[in-house]
Amino acid sequence: MIGIVDYSLGNIQNIKNALEKLGEEYILSGNKKDLMACDTVILPGVGHFGEAMKTIEALGIKQDLIELAETKRMVGICLGMQLLFEHSTEGDADGLGLIRGAVERIDTGYPVPHLGWNTLESEYESLDQKDVYFIHSFMVTGSPSIIATAEYGSDIPAVAQYGNVTGIQFHPEKSGAAGLEILETAIKGGF
Amino acid sequence: MIKKRIIPCLDVKDGRVVKGVNFVGLRDVGNPVELAKRYNAENADELVFLDISKTQEGHDLMLDVIRETAKELFIPLTIGGGIKSVGDIRQLLNAGADKVSINSAAIKAPGLIREASDIFGSQCICVAIDVKYDDAREDYYVHTHGGSKATDIKAFEWVEQAADLGAGELLITSMDHDGVKEGFDIKFLKKAVGLVDIPIIASGGAGNIGHFVELFKETGISAGLAASIFHNQEVGINDLKETLKEEEIEVRLS
Repeated sequence: MIGIVDYSLGNIQNIKNALEKLGEEYILSGNKKDLMACDTVILPGVGHFGEAMKTIEALGIKQDLIELAETKRMVGICLGMQLLFEHSTEGDADGLGLIRGAVERIDTGYPVPHLGWNTLESEYESLDQKDVYFIHSFMVTGSPSIIATAEYGSDIPAVAQYGNVTGIQFHPEKSGAAGLEILETAIKGGF
Repeated sequence: MIKKRIIPCLDVKDGRVVKGVNFVGLRDVGNPVELAKRYNAENADELVFLDISKTQEGHDLMLDVIRETAKELFIPLTIGGGIKSVGDIRQLLNAGADKVSINSAAIKAPGLIREASDIFGSQCICVAIDVKYDDAREDYYVHTHGGSKATDIKAFEWVEQAADLGAGELLITSMDHDGVKEGFDIKFLKKAVGLVDIPIIASGGAGNIGHFVELFKETGISAGLAASIFHNQEVGINDLKETLKEEEIEVRLS
């Protein structure tokens, strides 16, 4: 069973569609008890880092998420990936701190947002040379846990993994067949 | 590096695809969900649905179309046509759209671009601009309402303003080239790309594979959009992408 963290931010319909396509059962919940019953917890998110953390704190689930990550497989997608890190300059806010690193605005001399299909570079065969769909204006910096990047003026962190926590910067649910495979690997045990 | 995108555009009216659709082997050529699946399989990089319904019932049917399409379409979906408010945008995004494209409403009330990009993020706000060269005034001007109404807004100025207001992307249709199939408006597009640092989707004029090669070789445009040549299979998306790759233009092949 997969638990999608419901904190009323961003569009999760397409993640639900992707899980259905993969034949996975899921629940949508902001309740720790419900999520504790799942094997994998997905932290979705689109939008503003500072606002997202405010919402998570207002719902009183920040500590719950940190505790869930101790025993559950946790997968953050897009903004949900960024929330796994220590801090972001977007709203000058602290994240969940599950993976070392910070989040800053993309500044590589190329247009922002980093939008469109880009190729992953990775030592992992299941990620390397896959074309996936990105759409983001902020990126992870200074993390020792990056396992895939995409070239866009510099190496943009695309997948991070530390222990049983995985962060995916791009949208696997919008990256065609390659994206669905990556999502499946992430929720079923990681890379 | 980021790939150049190829985007088919479908006109949807009251829940049905209209205009220039002549797909072989589809049981229901007017069914947007069937067509979307087909384009998904053909390696299109993104789809645009342009809602040309004029009634509330038509808009509600569009929401159903988006919901059904999103279940089978695992590439980005942009919805345009008749979007007037933050409420409209929220409905479309909640139904499964990844981006919305705002046209006339942004001209009427430019603040909508800022408001929408603050709420939903600039990455899902695309501003569509229909441009036409005015011989008398010797410059390009913006048209609204599906191109039917001329305005006094200079196209290059609006391109810059839309980007400044927080658009994440622009979809520029060259009306003089649209439907003529003699190639994109390279001159206009080249200058527009130099004015802003957000991605631009070019529309209007594609008639063959060579026109896309020219577009990507001559300009910094991010994506090429077309309708009938893809629907009628005059240009196959896989063939187009193979040629672009041979021309050393980076595209997504699988």
